[in-house]
Amino acid sequence: MAARAIWKGELKIGSTKVPVKLYSGVVDRTVRFHILDEKHLMRVKQHMVQPESGDEVTNEEIQKGYEIEPGKFVILTDEDLESLEPKPSREIEITEFVPPEAISQQWYERPYYLAPDGDEKAYFALVEALQKTGREGIAHWVMRNKPYVGALRAEGDYLVLYTLHNAEEVISARDLPKPAGRAPTQKELNMAKQLVAMLEGEFNPADYKDEYRARVMEFIEKKAKGRAPRLHAVKTKRKPSSLDSMLERSLQSLKKQKRAA
Amino acid sequence: MPKTRTRTRRDSEETEEQSGPRPFWSGTLTFGLVSVPVNLFPANRSARAPLRMLSPEGEPLSRKYYSEKTERDLDADQMVRGYEIDKGKYVVVTDEELERLAPEKSRDIDLKVFVPEESIPPVYFERGYFLTPAPGSEKAYKLLAETMEKSGKAGLATFVMRGKEYLVAIFAEHRILRAETMRFPDELRSPADVGLPKKKPKVPAATVRKFEKLIGSKSKKQLSPERLKDEQTERLLKLVKKKSAQRKNVVEVETEKREPGKVIDLVAVLKKSLAGKA
Repeated sequence: MAARAIWKGELKIGSTKVPVKLYSGVVDRTVRFHILDEKHLMRVKQHMVQPESGDEVTNEEIQKGYEIEPGKFVILTDEDLESLEPKPSREIEITEFVPPEAISQQWYERPYYLAPDGDEKAYFALVEALQKTGREGIAHWVMRNKPYVGALRAEGDYLVLYTLHNAEEVISARDLPKPAGRAPTQKELNMAKQLVAMLEGEFNPADYKDEYRARVMEFIEKKAKGRAPRLHAVKTKRKPSSLDSMLERSLQSLKKQKRAA
Repeated sequence: MPKTRTRTRRDSEETEEQSGPRPFWSGTLTFGLVSVPVNLFPANRSARAPLRMLSPEGEPLSRKYYSEKTERDLDADQMVRGYEIDKGKYVVVTDEELERLAPEKSRDIDLKVFVPEESIPPVYFERGYFLTPAPGSEKAYKLLAETMEKSGKAGLATFVMRGKEYLVAIFAEHRILRAETMRFPDELRSPADVGLPKKKPKVPAATVRKFEKLIGSKSKKQLSPERLKDEQTERLLKLVKKKSAQRKNVVEVETEKREPGKVIDLVAVLKKSLAGKA
């Protein structure tokens, strides 16, 4: 069954518009737990209290403030916060196009599929043009009172819009010092290079399954029936050994495996 | 029944306030038989301008959990984690059980395969973390980072951290290792799941050319950083400044009553850890 669109908008490139519908590109399969009151095994509720008296402060009484100095707040009223909201719009404006390597993996946040909403020809023509030029579009839009920056890509035969992190959110390795400590020797570098080369491969998504998630669910089902297995603590012990000898042993064992295969 | 602390956002805030920022996780990265003990720190800063909830008098409030039955506030040791197996029926799962369910080999980030960096589609990436060498592992860390960066390869691994299995890609940039957690393939929807049109209509070549021209005219080699600015936060900070200059809606509470809201400087923490001082 087809999923439901979460938003409708219009891609705008210059004066050209392409109407689209937005769908989430991901499903969260994390095992969801609830916080329970241990005594009654019921879900707990949250509220805000005065830290000293423990008295509840209701939603209507709560004010929002920005701390300018320790203990000093500027109160932002509802009107203030509303005045900061961006103007509602259906436009997803594409301001520029960049090669994919201009966007580091660190920037991508969440993918959304775009589906054509009426004008299929324009939609698929844009897909083809993106494929031919090998570019990604930088998008700006407002969805549910929140401004977003994103990247528009052609994936397969479809358009995918990613939300991107804000500039202030991402820390780049370039802003950090290189790690301190002794440098590896040339011999170690040569061996490590060989080791990485022997482990070279392709990214094959089918190789990866969340096995732990399945173990947790199986355990929960058994426990629900009162048949929880006894679990034992796992000790992790590691013997320290020299980098040199470990590299050499790794290479030897990989070579042996390759010969056997 | 063993007592367990339920991990909540509040708990992590308390830890930070009490003992300064600690790594998100500490563990071991392995390649071949070489093991590199590492610390993991988030690579993203949280909201730049967090708003605090205040009482009518301007006092910062605390978030508390309470029991619906007794209407009393609950401490961390009065709460457990439960999975809803039927409506209103829960199976309690402790931290210890979650910990023990992870097989020993799943606790290390074991880099089993190295793939070309650009070969992983961005749809997989979820969250970034920097890895810093644990004391004593600097040389092995530098060896791996240098080797990977020169080869242009990312290492792939799955491992269990804090009660959840992660698929990660490890990248080396500027001699620093970074982990990007990735979605598992079954967490990605396919175009068919979403119901995208299967049949592509015949597209007029002229329309494609028109888009190609548009793309060409708006093409840049680099991404301009100002495009990624958080304008809403900037507007908020401007308004805060204006109101504070006008002394409008400014409240002060006695500071000794509470800890000042600490904003952790993640970059400073990372610098310290990379210098081997953390």
